[in-house]
Amino acid sequence: MAAAGAGLRATARIRAVADGRGGTALPLLAGEGPLALRRTRSTGAGGAGGASVTLVGAMSAPLGGDHLAVEAELGPGARLTVGSAAATLALPGRDGAPARYGTRLVLAEGAALRWLPEPLVSVRRSDLRVHTRVELAPTARLLLREEQVLGRAGEEPGLLRSRLTVSLGGRPLLDQELACGPGAPGGWDGPAGLAGHRALGQLLVVDPRFAEHPPPAGPLGDLAAVTPLAGPAVLVTALAPDALRLRAVLDAAIRDHDW
Amino acid sequence: MSRAALLVLADGRFPAGGHAHSGGAEAAVRAGRIHDAASLEAFCRGRLHTAGLVAAGLAAAAALGLDSVELDAAADARTPSPALRAAARRLGRQLLRAARATWPAPELEALAAAFPRGAHQPVVLGVTARAAGLQPLDAAHVAAYESVGGPATATVRLLGLDPFEASGVLARLAPVLDAVAEEAAAAALAARRDGPTALPAASSPLLDISAEAHASWPVRLFAS
Repeated sequence: MAAAGAGLRATARIRAVADGRGGTALPLLAGEGPLALRRTRSTGAGGAGGASVTLVGAMSAPLGGDHLAVEAELGPGARLTVGSAAATLALPGRDGAPARYGTRLVLAEGAALRWLPEPLVSVRRSDLRVHTRVELAPTARLLLREEQVLGRAGEEPGLLRSRLTVSLGGRPLLDQELACGPGAPGGWDGPAGLAGHRALGQLLVVDPRFAEHPPPAGPLGDLAAVTPLAGPAVLVTALAPDALRLRAVLDAAIRDHDW
Repeated sequence: MSRAALLVLADGRFPAGGHAHSGGAEAAVRAGRIHDAASLEAFCRGRLHTAGLVAAGLAAAAALGLDSVELDAAADARTPSPALRAAARRLGRQLLRAARATWPAPELEALAAAFPRGAHQPVVLGVTARAAGLQPLDAAHVAAYESVGGPATATVRLLGLDPFEASGVLARLAPVLDAVAEEAAAAALAARRDGPTALPAASSPLLDISAEAHASWPVRLFAS
């Protein structure tokens, strides 16, 4: 952790490799600053032979000016589940500088990652830029959940820009940026934006089996949809009045499809 | 550049099939989210900064001469809804037919050969603009204008909205439209240096969600 300029810089790193006996080892598990990593008991959700890691936010972060990063690299055949102990709060800094939160996930052939963090809450007057970059080998599998909550209960949100860039075998698979909150481009909360909803989430599922049998596209109630992408992947996009109801929709999708 | 060519390309009477698409307005009207001129303006503003900006970036990059296969893949990655990808390719195919007849050029023939089932419309629009002697910023303007012109015209039909009011909405959006086109053209220059990831990727979850719902309706006035 380095205190460069106004904010802090911290990067947490995970490396997972197949241990050759059907399991997954974690030769690198290094937290930093507010980002602590704990190896946790496998719940079985990652399948047999998977390792499990929990990201523990030891301090409230990110504050304006902070640059935080999480990097996970999975070797061939490694299986890993990553969750977090609590929601991440984007908080305003003293000088109004934006905070940055970068996540980089790199999966080799046959690797499988379940990336299931708790929601990101955009607190009033915060300014956070999130960029999640995922690089997948052609036979890698991924289940990734992103949830954004605009403000704590009854609170105005801050400014949140969140980009998700995913490539598969070096080709672009998904590239999306969401901007919302005061200061975001006009119309963000209107009828072509969030239309007053305060929680939104996405579930990205990448599985080589979808090349032959993609899940069917269609609405999931009034405020969510299942959309197969142009590659072997499907995206569930959901809006909800609050974080609880958002999670219920995403959990139901995971359960119904056995993802 | 030829200002007249820009008018021909941007004219709603240019036979490229755009009139059959509402840009999500039909679903928004049905859901009660567009019900008057003010809500139409809010809808158009949101669409301009998301789908409009993305289309304008792709069109500007194609007009700059960047690789259309790479740009089409970038368009796919920015369009999670299969209903919207299908609509974009259908519109691309129709535009290409009209463009090949209007501004014959080897680049348009090459595009047709590379995408027999149609390329994303903004990519075709950019190559067409290039064939017509227009600049990337012109292509971005056309794409950005189409992103709001379609919903405005559709809302006149769907809601019986006064056409004068719909034109007023578009006129009020003009300064934002100029800014979006300029941002898109600047991003196209960045993409020439850094690749298509430098292009805008602004998304609207609600437009994607309602596009899938709309595609499942048994009867609808517009194709998307």
